[in-house]
Amino acid sequence: MSATPTAREEILARMRRALDGAGEAPVPPREYRRSLETGADITAMLIDRLVDYKANVHHGLASIAAALGDAQRVVVPADLPEDWRLGGAEFVPDTELSTADLDGMDAVLTGCAAAVAVSGTIMLDAGAAQGRRAITLVPDHHVVVVRRDQIVGHLAEALPMLDRTAPQTWISGPSATSDIELQRVEGVHGPRRLDVVLLED
Amino acid sequence: MSPEIVPAASLIPADAPFPKAAKVALGMPQLRKNLAHATGTIRAKRANVAGELDDWEPLRDTAAAIKADVQHRLPELAVEFERNATAAGAHVHWARDAQEANAIAARIVREAGADEVVKVKSMATQEIELNEHFEAVGLKAFETDLAELIVQLAEDRPSHILVPAIHYNRTEIRDIFDQRMSDAPKGLTDEPAALAEAARQHLRRRFLSAKVAVSGANFAVAETGSLVVVESEGNGRMCLTMPQTLISIVGIEKLLPSFSDLEVFMQLLPRSSTGERMNPYTSVWTGAREGDGPQDVHVILLDNGRTGVLADEVGRQALSCIRCSACLNVCPVYERTGGHAYGHVYPGPIGAILAPQLEPGRHDDLPYASSLCGACYEVCPVKINIPEVLVHLRQQGPHQAGERAAMGGAKAVMARPRLWRAALKAARLGSMPWRRKGFLRRLPWPGSKWTVSRDLPVPPKEDFRDWWKERQR
Amino acid sequence: MPRVGLFITCVNDALFPETPKAVVRILERLGYDVDFPAAQTCCGQMHANSGYKKDAAALAGAFEDVFGAYDAIVTPSGSCAAMARDQYPHLIGSDIGDHVYELSEFLIDVAGVEDVGARFPHTVTYHPTCHGTRALGLGDKPLRLLRAVDGIELVDLPAADQCCGFGGTFALKNSDVSSAMLADKCRHAADTGAEYLAAADNSCLTHIGGGIHRSGGPRPIHYAEILASTA
Repeated sequence: MSATPTAREEILARMRRALDGAGEAPVPPREYRRSLETGADITAMLIDRLVDYKANVHHGLASIAAALGDAQRVVVPADLPEDWRLGGAEFVPDTELSTADLDGMDAVLTGCAAAVAVSGTIMLDAGAAQGRRAITLVPDHHVVVVRRDQIVGHLAEALPMLDRTAPQTWISGPSATSDIELQRVEGVHGPRRLDVVLLED
Repeated sequence: MSPEIVPAASLIPADAPFPKAAKVALGMPQLRKNLAHATGTIRAKRANVAGELDDWEPLRDTAAAIKADVQHRLPELAVEFERNATAAGAHVHWARDAQEANAIAARIVREAGADEVVKVKSMATQEIELNEHFEAVGLKAFETDLAELIVQLAEDRPSHILVPAIHYNRTEIRDIFDQRMSDAPKGLTDEPAALAEAARQHLRRRFLSAKVAVSGANFAVAETGSLVVVESEGNGRMCLTMPQTLISIVGIEKLLPSFSDLEVFMQLLPRSSTGERMNPYTSVWTGAREGDGPQDVHVILLDNGRTGVLADEVGRQALSCIRCSACLNVCPVYERTGGHAYGHVYPGPIGAILAPQLEPGRHDDLPYASSLCGACYEVCPVKINIPEVLVHLRQQGPHQAGERAAMGGAKAVMARPRLWRAALKAARLGSMPWRRKGFLRRLPWPGSKWTVSRDLPVPPKEDFRDWWKERQR
Repeated sequence: MPRVGLFITCVNDALFPETPKAVVRILERLGYDVDFPAAQTCCGQMHANSGYKKDAAALAGAFEDVFGAYDAIVTPSGSCAAMARDQYPHLIGSDIGDHVYELSEFLIDVAGVEDVGARFPHTVTYHPTCHGTRALGLGDKPLRLLRAVDGIELVDLPAADQCCGFGGTFALKNSDVSSAMLADKCRHAADTGAEYLAAADNSCLTHIGGGIHRSGGPRPIHYAEILASTA
């Protein structure tokens, strides 16, 4: 055993010393909203926010083909429903594709775990029809299918729908930056085109 | 031929006292124009999206209380985080200071068989000067955030927490790319979209081939052992997803008790920082996930002065900061001087309370770099009472002898009503020669600090007390 | 009727007698019995905010001695009222600040009036001072009182919420930044074309007025003087 404390021991000891006499921790109040007003049209709100972020919104399963545009090679998670693979593109299941393979894809088609209307956020948690993170990142065009029952109004309603310890990506519009004069410009490193296909029940 | 790149940091002395450095910055008209334009834009956007939420104030109250709770339970939460992250496959390291953190990071890079890393924008790594340390030991760190890239290419220093290149306008950025980016496209315009495209092309290969990435984290969730990075461009996702090895350097104050606390902070942070309802991309990861992203995942928990801040009952609220930079954007001082004048990686109002606490004995001038107007407190999403801490730090810090004597004298007079009345009378008599003009135009030092830009009214012939006495009769 | 003590503030004691006179006239017009305790000096704000806690505590203690017996203490300064309310609790453990009212707070919240029967046929622009607005939360109270003044024409001040750059000793310690802030405030004030620039704090008005005296622009006036006017 070494006499000198490890960094871990020393930092924890510093914390305890600093907090000596600090008293009880306050209990945080929770007076904020956890849902939207009842009756809010959350689908309309989601569409409004997505359009505001310059994402494209489509309706119905059949519109997947149009959402994919002229993409020829489309990577999909291996478990993507067969009936989503619409249009003339070649659908390439992600079975350990290399980075170079992914870089050669024109688009990616996935589902999602949840969508938040108030902020126009689509959440991926590596669950069904979503795949690993790289496939929704490297291709320049992401088409994501959102079922009506996956849309919630508020962020607080969406978090319980996620697999908390799975890798997550929350997406609010296509890649953007505010680094030039603090004005939002779309399109840097992530997919520059985001198409959202809404499926009614 | 575009003009020569002169980094602002080369003109504004980093080690000079704030008033002196500020004076240099005030004399740079383009810098002031860029800052006024950018801060003005973001202010309006922030106010707009914060105003959209009818529960903004309750959200702030909750966020402030969660952060206070975290501070009170820091040892327990840090250990809980360590346990859960480790169980999920992460390696958790602890670093007492910058040197230790840099050494751990460098060792991991070498063990991964790499000599370069891609970086996600991170204040913690700027604070510990990781890039400089890496360069000194033969490693290279490539910044991938657009603004960080601009600053790195310009060989400048960041001037803002969120937008380190806020002091450059689009034309200057074009010039920097044009001259310093080896693969900049010919005929590059200053259209922001064209500049973003140039950055994309420049970094793409590096992202896809990098072995190691270095990041910070916006939040570290104790309950799950998860880290959260909030970003816009996708450079964060690239760094957090593509390399095999990921090193995240996280200040101990970034802890949150539970995953559901994100429902509070992920409403406040994007709206306060970029003025958006939500930032384009948020990444959440917990240890390593087989077949998905980095397999060799490291977290370095960083103290570097934070436990010292924690020991100050009033000052510790500075540890609640979530680095949104709303306080910088509304600060009338920051707007006019920019970040370099503060001489620290954390500029603006939050820097004025954080820098002197993280590095005691240095930056004693910063708590005075504020008119105490309170605009910062008003917008702070975690309700850090910055004016309160500024005053508190002024009360701790050293005072110059002459000033101390003057203040002591003033207090001695003001504490004795008769002396006070006598002093007022003396002032009235003494200023008689200037009564007709009504104002003094030039005073000797230190009054000259006032009359440099303002006249000073002289006391009137009759004061309120005379009037009151007359009336009572 | 509550017993009203008038705290005129050290700045008005030294430089601006017309402001406290105006407060007396307004309150008496509304039927209040106003008292001016002559032993008053300063609230201690300059010392506290410059880092001289002990000196500030001594002055705060003296303030409490002088004003402790009043039901309401009225002052024509948002900044001094905020000092008593925000800083006295931890400075001297006193809650006397709960009884200190900036004039507009007293008129609207206690007296319950917005129209104080004033007449002021001039163009006026209003600068909401920082401590009054943010520390004290005056909101638009002074403006509501001004809007009710007969004959007044109020003109919006551009970037009104921006600090004028005074900040007590900030104006000296960071004179260059302060001057830059002041220059913008003076320019905005001049741009309104108003005859008067009103505010709730004569310390800020000393600063802005000192700048305007050089660069030209509206005449600085404490809003109490407008409310007292019946011309």
